[in-house]
Amino acid sequence: MPATLAAVASMSELTNPPVPHVQAANAAQAGEEETRESADRAVAYLAAELRRERVRAALLAIVPPILGIALFVAIWGVVSMSAPQLPSPAKTWTSALQVFSDPFYRKGPNDQGIGWNVLMSLSRVGIGFGLAALVGIPLGFVLGRFAFANAMASPIISLLRPVSPLAWLPIGLMVFKAANPAAIWVIFISSIWPMVINTAVGVQRVPQDYLNVARVLNLSEWKVMTRILFPAVLPYMLTGVRLAIGVAWLVIVAAEMLTGGVGIGFWVWDEWNNLNVEHIIIAIFVVGIVGLLLEQLLLLVARRFNYT
Amino acid sequence: MTAYVHIESVGMTFKTKRGPFVALRDIDLSVTKGEFIALIGHSGCGKSTLLNLVAGLIDATTGVMLCAGREIAGPGPERAVVFQNHSLLPWLSCFDNVHLAVERVFGGAESRADLKRRTHEALALVGLAHAEHKMPHEVSGGMKQRVGIARALAVQPKVLLLDEPFGALDALTRARLQDELMKIVQGAGSTVLMVTHDVDEAVLLADRIVMMTNGPAATIGEVLKIELPRPRDRVELNGNAQYHHYRTAVLEFLYRRQAHVEQAA
Repeated sequence: MPATLAAVASMSELTNPPVPHVQAANAAQAGEEETRESADRAVAYLAAELRRERVRAALLAIVPPILGIALFVAIWGVVSMSAPQLPSPAKTWTSALQVFSDPFYRKGPNDQGIGWNVLMSLSRVGIGFGLAALVGIPLGFVLGRFAFANAMASPIISLLRPVSPLAWLPIGLMVFKAANPAAIWVIFISSIWPMVINTAVGVQRVPQDYLNVARVLNLSEWKVMTRILFPAVLPYMLTGVRLAIGVAWLVIVAAEMLTGGVGIGFWVWDEWNNLNVEHIIIAIFVVGIVGLLLEQLLLLVARRFNYT
Repeated sequence: MTAYVHIESVGMTFKTKRGPFVALRDIDLSVTKGEFIALIGHSGCGKSTLLNLVAGLIDATTGVMLCAGREIAGPGPERAVVFQNHSLLPWLSCFDNVHLAVERVFGGAESRADLKRRTHEALALVGLAHAEHKMPHEVSGGMKQRVGIARALAVQPKVLLLDEPFGALDALTRARLQDELMKIVQGAGSTVLMVTHDVDEAVLLADRIVMMTNGPAATIGEVLKIELPRPRDRVELNGNAQYHHYRTAVLEFLYRRQAHVEQAA
């Protein structure tokens, strides 16, 4: 009798090895202490292995970027030693601490904190980009839905899209007779193309299957629009929006350098006139970081509307 | 017996860049109410084209097609389609996918609660009451296809059109869904046109098997009446001599008389 039990126990051990409660049940009959101990050991071993694996993954995610940044700063430091007009990383850092200690001061129209500058730039981008979305997305829908309109518009779009955004600035200045609307106009015209084109492509690529569903059900135009076209196009549209924001943020620095007023681009130009190179480098980092944040924000939104 | 779906000398020619392509010619078929028709043939034989013609998704080049005495002009929910790749809208839950159809067909006459009840019932019919609020990407391929069937059945169509509905599923899931479909169709007395390339599926489900010749310019080669008693059971049928006779007849048509599919395609 005990022999068979032991055989059964070892059999079940073979078939389901380290599940603790199975082992615990068997333990009542055969060598209680040993089995439980070995089970505990197995569980502890697996847990430790899992922890090691997680630590390894985390290190692999963190270490290379840190090394890359460190190398970048080191090269910068070496270059700044041989080229004295370029401020060293340490000097830039102290200067940055100063700049960011009071980001929202106001000492007159042309001397405001970096916070105000960034916010002003963002608001210009927001208005220009928002207007571009208001015009560009519906236009994209029309071009995607009607081949005739698309054929009409495509030569104009192909012609205007590669034009440097700043080439539009004089026209803006001429029409609006003021710097601020001209800058917004440049943002508008440079960020509208990705939205028009991506939305149009999205509409053209709505799977025929979905449209067949709509046709079999005889859905109304409104339902086709809200339940099928819009959700199907949304991922493409969001890609267009992301590209457009990227372009807008690229262009705003250049536009503000030319138009003046408060803004990060003007700030860069102003600091150049003051020969304050540390501030220019700080501005470059600020522009980069804000651009990165905008991009990540939109990626987050896009992920929300990814259905697969 | 009057014809419920009537197809008379229908032909379909597609315009392509290399000139006209005759997909179908001289199709004559009459389907009585409550009949289950399987369309079988090699790929490229135009069986899906024929189904799309009945669905109204494409217009026939020649011939006349009637459904319940009215000419087929364009698609409509009285001829509901179950698509091969389920075609659920991925941004709507299983419930909302079916509800979209129910709302369209019964929305004018019934209250919101009734529409919801219909949707529930359709999903319960295909055994998905528990998963109705899941998104399509959260359920298995077999479940998606069942939602597709529920969407088609929920609008109480005059004719149910199935375009290789189980083609993309594994053998076990396919068998289960075939059994479910058989039960549902028998319970509702639906008229069904089903495209398939599976001989067993055709013999198991159909009252008549319409065998198509190879394309281009495909037409109906032969029609085989399946006189097996219902309800049919796949395991019992396996020992039924008549069943094997039907199977052999279809296989013979497909692989002896219409064998050279590569040449044609």
